[in-house]
Amino acid sequence: MLSRNAENLFWAARYLERAEGAARLIEMGQRMTLIPGAGRDEWRSVAAVAGAAHLFDGEERITDASIVEKLVLSPDEPSSIRHCLNRARDNARAVRTGITSEMWEALNDGWRRLEMADPTAALRDLPAILEWVKARASVFRGAADSSMLRTDGYYFLRLGGLIERADLTLRLLDVKYFVLLPETEIVGGGRDHHQWTSVLHATSAARAYHHVYRGDFSPWKITDFLILNPRFPRSVAYCYNELSRYLELLAIAYGERKQCNMLAAQMVSRLADTEMGEIFATGLHEFTTEAIRHNARLSGAIHRAYHF
Amino acid sequence: MFNEMSGEDGVIRPAYEGVARWIERTGSETLLLKTEEAEAIFRRIGITFAVYGEGGDPERLIPFDLIPRVFDAAEWRRLDRGIKQRARALNAFLWDVYHRGEILRAGIVPERLVYRNDAFLPEMVGFDPPGRVYSHIVGIDIVRTGEGAFQVLEDNCRTPSGVSYKLETRTVMMRMFPELFRQLSIEPVDDYPDMLRKTLEEVAPPACKGSPVVVVLTPGPLNSAYYEHSFLADRMGLELVQPQDLFVDEGRVWMRTTRGPVRVDVIYRRIDDDFLDPIAFRPDSMLGIAGLMQVYRSGGVTICSAPGAGVADDKAVYCYVPQMIRFYLGQEPILENVQTWRCSEPDELAYVLSHLDELVVKEVHGSGGYGMLIGPKSTKAEIAAYAERIKADPEDFIAQPTLELSAAPSVAGGGIAPRHVDLRPYCLVGADMRLAPGGLTRVALREGSLVVNSSQGGGVKDTWVLSE
Repeated sequence: MLSRNAENLFWAARYLERAEGAARLIEMGQRMTLIPGAGRDEWRSVAAVAGAAHLFDGEERITDASIVEKLVLSPDEPSSIRHCLNRARDNARAVRTGITSEMWEALNDGWRRLEMADPTAALRDLPAILEWVKARASVFRGAADSSMLRTDGYYFLRLGGLIERADLTLRLLDVKYFVLLPETEIVGGGRDHHQWTSVLHATSAARAYHHVYRGDFSPWKITDFLILNPRFPRSVAYCYNELSRYLELLAIAYGERKQCNMLAAQMVSRLADTEMGEIFATGLHEFTTEAIRHNARLSGAIHRAYHF
Repeated sequence: MFNEMSGEDGVIRPAYEGVARWIERTGSETLLLKTEEAEAIFRRIGITFAVYGEGGDPERLIPFDLIPRVFDAAEWRRLDRGIKQRARALNAFLWDVYHRGEILRAGIVPERLVYRNDAFLPEMVGFDPPGRVYSHIVGIDIVRTGEGAFQVLEDNCRTPSGVSYKLETRTVMMRMFPELFRQLSIEPVDDYPDMLRKTLEEVAPPACKGSPVVVVLTPGPLNSAYYEHSFLADRMGLELVQPQDLFVDEGRVWMRTTRGPVRVDVIYRRIDDDFLDPIAFRPDSMLGIAGLMQVYRSGGVTICSAPGAGVADDKAVYCYVPQMIRFYLGQEPILENVQTWRCSEPDELAYVLSHLDELVVKEVHGSGGYGMLIGPKSTKAEIAAYAERIKADPEDFIAQPTLELSAAPSVAGGGIAPRHVDLRPYCLVGADMRLAPGGLTRVALREGSLVVNSSQGGGVKDTWVLSE
């Protein structure tokens, strides 16, 4: 396929995943601000995870309205949902022959909603808007799953989405790591419990987590779940197993393994060999920082391997 | 005004009997509701059309009118012959003007119309494109003024657009009104992409051995017809490439793919001559594929339509197409031209200037309905201003009578009313001539309006050809 089209597919999926990630983060922030006495800094950590902390430097107290303006409706801010959705659509539009009409319709349906939205109304309807954003991403993934030929284009699409998803989980842990440090267990109390569960909520993991750990909310179990559990579809391990699988399928189709295959395999075996205790021993923060770098290297290696 | 449904005497014409019964049965209220439904379908699929030089929605919808426009088998047989005849003559003319110029030597077409035409490319002189085909997709705009009266308004030899609307309107109609297609025998149109692909494969260059690699070349997603480019590439199963995806090396053209370079044999380009090759045409331009023309001229790739094909379709050359048909084919034209006054001729200029209030005046090189004067619909001041433009550069203008275009029933003005229509069929020219039944019917949805261009608020209708 055309290299440009492979790149378009990769980034269409990646931007859509990013838009969905931003929606999840904002939901988490909203949930946090509902707790009395808490949540004053919650928007700041949401902005930090979204890579947009600098936008709020001048604001002593970040308001919901400011979040809506900068992280939802702004057409230019790279982290805003509207920007990400537009970029996803632009990339998909440039590769219209490479996606199915169901996938295109998923992206095109209501694509001007955020452009038309008035800030006051958007603030009022924020939960509905965030639900809608997540639904766009789900419908798109579902359409790809059920309508797209399993050829290289599909693999590039999946790679873009998975890289971004691993990145979001890692950035969330990177910003919230202090909440999960073992010491905080000593502090205890309702607020910490709420902090931890909000991290799970941001990754749609609350119920899945219950299922696995039955309400035992300890920081290392939460961390274990988000990093090492290969059955949870937003965990780093799951994303890397899948990344590695699709890169392998590409290597078979193209008859050649490349540097990106090695990079993905390295991370897969590293995660498989790691016990949760080890990550805390060497430092959660150090681990996430290094993994985020590794993720970026992998993305670059995919670009090079397939002439993007 | 000729009403295609009710004819000159108010009696429903046979071709429209099925449609008339359907309108009667459905009622205008339901049709209005269905129109909204159709619009939602178009919006979701993303069938849009950007209008040059206007603000607003960059991806606006092209208005769709639900009531089909119908030809019976006999009407279409004649149109089919007339269209193919014209497409053949236009290609013969192009081969001639880029070789010995017999028609110019014979004094039938004035030399300056060809050699001083901006669309004439000296680079093409003496070159033989595969099959001697220059215009592989000829769009011929046809209007009707009476029962048997069809006239050609304009030829499009470069890259006529709109065929995707023709195919999509049919898809939407079949999705919304399947019972209509069961009851009436309507010729299918969905094999057009296959015919186009065959046509393009037939003109593979001499250097191509084996099965040719064909691509569709688009300027990119910002182009107004991008939807159509991607639609056609998709339906033909071909790569949709942009100029930056192609490059020239070792005398051939290649596209950049995830597996490395892949050779390209035939390019169905939807970009203008000027932006094909910066080396040949626009040294100042960053756009295009450097070296493409040299590969083309040495038989390493085929460009469709051929660069320079536009010299056959401007509005001054148009006047001579009937003579071309006689000269090259030795036949009488099956389809007439619309009477045309060339402002380059002093007598005709004088006539035009004194009858501006009843004529339509067009720029010779214009297209898309821009920059024209419709005398009967213009104010005195507009006419006076336009007259000054004509006098400043008479060669740039032609004039035609304001035609009483035929009208077909349309959902408009809150009910069902006749609206003016034209027809653009797409004739394919490769080793064979191919013509899908019907074409794109454009409709001027504003009451009384004669301008059907989509850039001027025109809409589209499904076009039916009834089978025998």
